[in-house]
Parts: sequence; structure tokens; C-alpha cells
Amino acid sequence: MTVLDERPPAFQDVAEPRVIDPGLPTADRTFRGVVRVIGLFVLLLTSAIGIFLGLQAVPTLQKYGLSFFTETQWEPRSNTVGIAAVFVGTIEVALVALAVGFPLALLTALFISEYAPPRLKSSLVSLVDLMAAVPSIIYGLWGFMVLQPHAIHLSRWLATYLGWIPIFHVDTDATSASWQQSSFTASAFIAGLAVSLMVIPLACAVMRGVFALAPLGEREAAFALGSTRWGMVRAVVLPFGRGGIIGGTMLALGRALGETIAVLLIISPTFDIKWNILSVGTNTFSALIAGRFGEATATQLSALLTAGFILFAMTIAINTVAAIFVNRSRSGAATEI
Amino acid sequence: MTDVMDTPTSGAAMPTLRVEYAAGERASGAAEIVPQLRSELGLDDQDAPLETPRARPLHQRSLDDNASLIGSAVGSLALVWLLYERVLPLSGTIGFVVCWFVAFLVIYSAVTSMVYPRPMVVDRIAQAVVTSGAAIVGFALAWTIIWIFLQGLPALIHLNFYTEDMAGVGLNDPLTKGGIKHAIVGTAIQVGIATAIALPLGVGTAVYMTEVGGRLSRTVRTVVEAMTALPDILAGLFVYALLIITLGWQRSGVAAALALAVTMMPIIARSAEVVLRVVPGGLREASLALGASQWQTVRRVVLPTAKAGLATSLILGIARIAGETAPLLIVSGASSFFNANPANEPMNSLPLFIYDAVRRPDGLTIQARGYGAATLLLIMVLVLFVVTRFLARDKGPSR
Amino acid sequence: MAISPSLESITEPTPLDAAAGASHGATLEADSITAWFGSNRVLDRVSLTMPSRTVTALIGPSGCGKSTFLRILNRMHEQVPAAKLAGEVRLNGDDIYSPGHRITDTRRRIGMVFQKPNPFPTMSIAENVTAGLKLTGTRISRGDRDDLVERSLRRAGIWDEVKDRLDALGGALSGGQQQRLCIARSLAVDPDVLLMDEPCSALDPTSTRRVEQTIEELRDDVTIVIVTHNMQQAFRVSQQCAFFLAEQGTPGVIIESGRTEDIFGSPTDPRTEDYVNGRFG
Repeated sequence: MTVLDERPPAFQDVAEPRVIDPGLPTADRTFRGVVRVIGLFVLLLTSAIGIFLGLQAVPTLQKYGLSFFTETQWEPRSNTVGIAAVFVGTIEVALVALAVGFPLALLTALFISEYAPPRLKSSLVSLVDLMAAVPSIIYGLWGFMVLQPHAIHLSRWLATYLGWIPIFHVDTDATSASWQQSSFTASAFIAGLAVSLMVIPLACAVMRGVFALAPLGEREAAFALGSTRWGMVRAVVLPFGRGGIIGGTMLALGRALGETIAVLLIISPTFDIKWNILSVGTNTFSALIAGRFGEATATQLSALLTAGFILFAMTIAINTVAAIFVNRSRSGAATEI
Repeated sequence: MTDVMDTPTSGAAMPTLRVEYAAGERASGAAEIVPQLRSELGLDDQDAPLETPRARPLHQRSLDDNASLIGSAVGSLALVWLLYERVLPLSGTIGFVVCWFVAFLVIYSAVTSMVYPRPMVVDRIAQAVVTSGAAIVGFALAWTIIWIFLQGLPALIHLNFYTEDMAGVGLNDPLTKGGIKHAIVGTAIQVGIATAIALPLGVGTAVYMTEVGGRLSRTVRTVVEAMTALPDILAGLFVYALLIITLGWQRSGVAAALALAVTMMPIIARSAEVVLRVVPGGLREASLALGASQWQTVRRVVLPTAKAGLATSLILGIARIAGETAPLLIVSGASSFFNANPANEPMNSLPLFIYDAVRRPDGLTIQARGYGAATLLLIMVLVLFVVTRFLARDKGPSR
Repeated sequence: MAISPSLESITEPTPLDAAAGASHGATLEADSITAWFGSNRVLDRVSLTMPSRTVTALIGPSGCGKSTFLRILNRMHEQVPAAKLAGEVRLNGDDIYSPGHRITDTRRRIGMVFQKPNPFPTMSIAENVTAGLKLTGTRISRGDRDDLVERSLRRAGIWDEVKDRLDALGGALSGGQQQRLCIARSLAVDPDVLLMDEPCSALDPTSTRRVEQTIEELRDDVTIVIVTHNMQQAFRVSQQCAFFLAEQGTPGVIIESGRTEDIFGSPTDPRTEDYVNGRFG
């Protein structure tokens, strides 16, 4: 098979490249085969999670139909289950986490890449990595025991002055001297604050990584024009890092949507669609699953798996978009300077 | 001075120049003018061979810089102190700090704008805001770590905390009785099994993505990347529904380890891929050009080159799953007694023990034990982390 | 300045124009500059006067401290961590490193063009030209801005090539055009001095020729200091030349400086002669 054409080379059709037999040794064929099988196995396994959850969702969706998405209650015994309340709760907690976490992550990333003394930089980067490695149950504990008593004052302040905005409204007299602290605890707001601690290191690491790639040439050009440091950051670093900022934020959102244990420790579960994030009680997908699986019968489990599938679909979609943003900002925008 | 310094109007400018040699001994045509120059410069009082000059300070913060910063901080503190809780209808420490910060920014910008133009004001405010943002995050991290250490200390100082289990120990029994040996061993076994599964698969996948490639590998990469952020509870739910409900397994250490392995695998695959990708292509080509097979190249050149980076990604993966609670909540039943057999009987683990303990409203010492376990978990993570830094410093890619 | 009479004594007597300094560039004097990176000394007591209306070329082999010296002249040196410095740099007699001088003002008055063209890729051509004003917070009316864009691009000799696409992104230009855009950007803030760090090393011969013409045209308005590895270029564009050399293990020094024709025609130091004749470096 090595000789495809008997004619001398000059007469061969040059448009037709000749086939080269790579002639791999057996060891290499084995190696490539084994590694390929591993890759495919991982691909299959990870896809299996999605497919498995998806298949489990079918009977539930057939049984409850659209009401699964509109029903707020989760009462498998009386045969009413729906994810409307946990959906809203999940989004609320995630958005609070982002509202707090995004600016802090951005500022921290800017501080580390632009303002910190150079010799501290690598230690600060490790510190952010460490922050990401702290188990989430510890953040949950801290949020519950330490942050909550302080944060309810913030809740009260928001309720007092911004209570006319529906999401900040609380059904209690926040202004009275003996205000009801318990109406402000265990809320989506507090849970979001704790979750923000977990998403900050994630978003910060992505943003800092992209900021660090901002070309030196452009930075120096800005300085040489007489720019202040902030002027340089605005003209060079932030435009360059836009993809990283968006991507990091979306990764953080994906993480915030799925966070379980910290939310479970803080919230008191309710099953209403609540728009007022400051008042007591909320629920999320993951907290619902973790809280209800123990008592679950077969039908209930199927319903929980369906909820899990929806969470899965949401996070995978967000993470994929985030990955596209981050990768694009790392390759395309990088001018070779 | 301008009249002497400046050069002629005509285009054929005659340059003015002054030459000074580093050391006087260099002989050249211009050397004779040096003494003259030196006297003009008033340098003659210093003697001929110049001392090594002393570096002058750069990046200097002027007195004004520091004074306006500290002054604004103190002034705003005093102002807010005066007004807070009296005039402003606010309460709580967080509110106080927020008010202080806002007042500080206002005063600082006002002070700066008295002397400096707008870009400088903006620059200083930006610096203050950026630094404060980072400080808040650092403060929260430090507070968390210190707090958990203080909470855990009462339990940690007892030796029996590490050598006994909780079998037959009541919720209110003193800390001198019972311990979390079962949880420590459980975590060690589960993490060990998970690592044994996830490491070869993860690294193998990374090798597939970087060394073999092809269209399918891009799909693998996309899926793996998306899976790194899979909500941890879903891994537990998957294993629970597949193994325990469908296949009728027991809740056990193996089930827990499998759930952890599912979480860990994409993390290792992805970070290992990043590490392998930065191994210079020239090294691979050099090895292939010597007649080595691809397998030999990977085994003898690529993997050893990336060793430190791979170790880092392994340890970060371990640190990540050691504290994973949500999947364990589902697949591994809690127990209070020692069980070193992962195949049957529920097996406790540190995260699960913590979760269980701190949610007991009754019982003072059980909560203290929970905090003790949390501290221990954090210490483990910290140790792993320091080891990682140590490895990373060795060599290998830092990012 | 105390040194002025001696300066006159070592140059040929020339007619002086008292008013020249005010509007046509400024004199930059480096006095006994020593520079370190960490503990590594890279320059040792280098002194050089760069008069107005003159193009000063800094020549010498790689690693002799020319670029460091250039970056010291507008305080870009400090950008490098662990960079240290001794000596003074005087712009019209004022030490730019003295505490009273704001670093941003200094850099604005002493512009810099880098080795590789570095237009801001997210800004249009016109925005690139006015970037310096924006970055230093200088307000300018719309009409003035358009004038400034045109004037700066004309001075940089690129107006005719880009006048129809001022809103295109700066990164879309060719390398030579990008470099002239960077020159226009530096000129838009009306600097007294323009430092150029091998501005043509990344360009083809035609673009190089255009940049050299630009330098020639600018000389009357701006004091220019240029680092170059190209001997012909140094000879073509400069009136004054300084030869830097760092001999094995020692920090860089100026071996010889003077009128370009003297340095190239009758150098006093044999090392200079060897270098300009291409015998080493």
C-alpha cells in the first residue's frame, strides 16, 4: 500500500498528496489507544450524569407536565411538586452573591495585578487560591454564626430606606427600636453573602489571570503619555480583560447556583415565590435536594432528580458560555507585543 | 541660561555636549575638558575617583500623600463617630464601617482636589477603592480562618479527640471523652479511593487532549471544562440514583468515594491539561527526532517535565474534595462508630461529621466537636496548600 | 546653569537664539546617572546633554544600557520592580526626579515611542491620537480635537494614509503606520522631548525611511533622543551621537560622544572606531 503510483515522481499528480503511513510502533498504538479510551470514558461518564438525570426527569415531567415549572409547593405526599419557588430562590441567592462578589472580586483582581507591591504578588495569588480551597462548609458556618448577626443590621438599613423597592421590603417595622431581628435572619440575602465568599476567589482568579496578560507595551505606552495608574487601568487593562471579567463572573454565577451546604446551613426553607430577599426564608435547588432526599420515596426521588437535571442544565449552559468568553479573551485579543 | 544652552536657529545645529567619564583614567581627546567641567559643576570638593553613587529613592510617597490619606481617614472616622447612632438612624458594625468609608472617600477626594488636577483625584480615589475592596476580601478570609480556629481550639487540645470515636458518647459528654477518629479515617479512606480513581483517569484524559488530540478531544475538553463547575450535589445525586437506587448498593464509603471521584476527575483533567500544554513543543520534537516513540516521549520527557505542575494539580484536587460535604450527605450515611471498611456499613467523614454536629441545637460539647473537626479539616487543607506552594516553587509553570 | 560657559567652550561658537528654548523643545541633561536592577549595576555615572533642536542618537552594542538610559529620561525606569537610580535628569534645569515633580507631568512633557508599535487596540485611530489627552484628563473641544488629530497625524507624516479611516481601529494599520500613529499619539500631548527606543527595528526599509523623514521634520519643534542599532540610521538622522559600551562584567558607560560626523568620521577612542565601522557589536 505504500506505493500508490507507479509513475516517476515528476508525473505524479501534484494536487493529490501522497499518503504517508505513520508506521507507529506497537507501543505507540497501544498508548494512543489506551489514552483515547480513557478520554472517551471520561467523556461518557460526564455525559452520563447529564443523560441519566435527563432520563430520570422524563417520567416526572410526563406526570406533572407544565405544572412542574409553575407549582411552588413541594408536597410529594399530596402529589403537588413544582420548582417555581426554588427556581426563584436559587436565582435570588446567586444574584445576591454576584452583586456582592463581582465588585469585590474585580477590585481584588485589580489590586493583585496592578496595585500590590510586586514582591507580595505571588503570595496574594496563593492566598486567593487558598480562599478557593477553604471547604464551603466552613464559609457556611462562618456565615451563619458570625456574618448573620452583623448582616441583619445591613438588612434592616436596606429595609428601612429602600423598603419601597419591592425586593427590599420586609413585613415588619424595621424602624422601631426593638426591631424584630428574627424577621431578617435566614434570608436569601444572608445566604447570598455567604455564597459570595465562595465565588469571589473563583472569579478573582480568572480575572487576575486575564489582567496579567494585558500587553506590557500598551501599559507602558499609557504611562509614557503621562497617564496615572488608574488611567492606564481604564485604557488598557480593563478593555483587554473584558472577556475575562465576563467569563469569570459567569463562572462565579454557575458556582453560586449550585452551592449547597452553605445555603443549607443558613436558610430556613420555605416554598413560596418570595421577591423580598431580606426577609426570613427561601430555598434553592441544591438545598431542596440535600434537604429532601433522605425521606424520598421512588416518585419523590424522581422529582428531586428532575430538579437536579434543571440545575444541571442551567449551570452547564452558563459555564459553557463562560468558558467561551474566557478562552476568547485569552487568545484572540492578545496582541503580540 | 537658555541663551547659552540653546543651539542655533539654523537647521545645521551644532550640538552642545558634555562628556564625563566614569573613571578619570580613560585617556581620550575629550579627557582634558573633564577637570574644567568638574570645576564648573562644583564637583571638585569631592576627590577624583568618585565614590559609588548612592541610589536615590524612587516611588517616594511625599509627606502630602501620607498626610492627606491618614488625615482623611481620621477625620472621617471622627465625623462618623460623632454622627453615627445619634444623627444617622443606623445600627450595627457593618453600617458604621460603610459610613466611615464613604465619608473617607468624600474627604479624601476633597483634600486631593485642592492641590491636584482631576486625573490625580480619580487615580487616588480608584486606588483607595481598589485597595479597600481587596482589604475587605482579605479581612473576610482572615476573619473566617481565625474564627474557626478559636472555635475549634477547645476540642483540638484533647488527645482523645484524635484517638477515639463517638460510639456511646452522648451529646453533652465532656470533651475529654470521645473523638473523631472515625471521621478522620473515613475522610482519609474516601479521599484515597477517590484519588486512586480520579488521578489516572484525569491525567490520562489530559494526555489524550494534549498529546493525541483530534476532533473528539475538543469535545472532551469542552465537556470536561463544563464539568469542573458541576454543582457538587449533582455528583452525589448521580451516584446515589445510579448505584444505590438502581443497582441496590448500600450507602458506604465506596459510594462516597465514587461521588468524590466524579467531582475530582474533571478538576484534575483540566488543571493537568493546562500544565501539559505549557511543556514546550520543542522538547517533544527533540525527543521524537532522537527516534523515541510517542509513548516514550510522553513517559520520559513530557510527564517528568510537568511533574511539579501535576503534583500541584493533584493536591489542589485533593484539597477541593476533602471538604466536599454535599455529595456525602446523600451517598454516605453518617455513623458514630469506627469503620475502616469502605465496602459496607456507613462510614463517617469530617465534612459530614461537622455538618451533623453543628446542627444539633442541644448539646454544648457536640458543637464544640463540630468546630474542632472543621478546624482540623481547615488545617489539612492549609497543609496541603503549603505543600503545593513548595512544589510550585520548585519549578514548573506557576499558572 | 553653572556649566553653560564650558559647554560653549567645547562646541564651536554658534549664533544663539535666546527665544528658541521656550517654544522649540527643551534641553535635557543627564547628570552622573547610575542605574541598578536589584544589585546589578547597569549604568555607571553617565552624563549627557541633549540640547534642543538636535537629534541625539544613542548607539552601542546590545546590553550596554542605552534603553535603560532612555527609560530613565522619562521615569519609565521606575516601572521595573527593583530598579534603582542615582544622579539627576534635568529638563530645562529642573531635576525631574525631585519630589516636587509629578511623574505624570514629567512623562507628558517627555514623550516616548517604543521599539514595537503599541497602539491601543480597542481605540480607533483618532482616539489613539487623543489618548494622551484623555489619560491626563485634559479637556478639549470637539473642533479642537479634530484639528489636533489632523495636526498630530500630519506631523507624524501619516495623515494622508489614514485621513479617510480615522474611526478604524488602530490595530488594523500596518506595522510602519502603527509606529507613526504612536509617534502622532506622543506628539498630541505636545511634548518638549521625544524619546525613541529603536523605533524602526520592527519595520521594513520603506517604513523606516518614512519614520526617519518624520524625525527630520520634527527636529525643529521637539528635542529627539533616539536609540538605534542601525549605524546608517544614526548617521542619517542625528546631529549628536553618544556611544555606549558595557565591557565584560562592568556597567555601561559612554565611551565617546560628540557631533555625529566626528563620531563617525574621526572617533577618538579606538573602540568607537571599531564599533561604527562594524568591527564588533
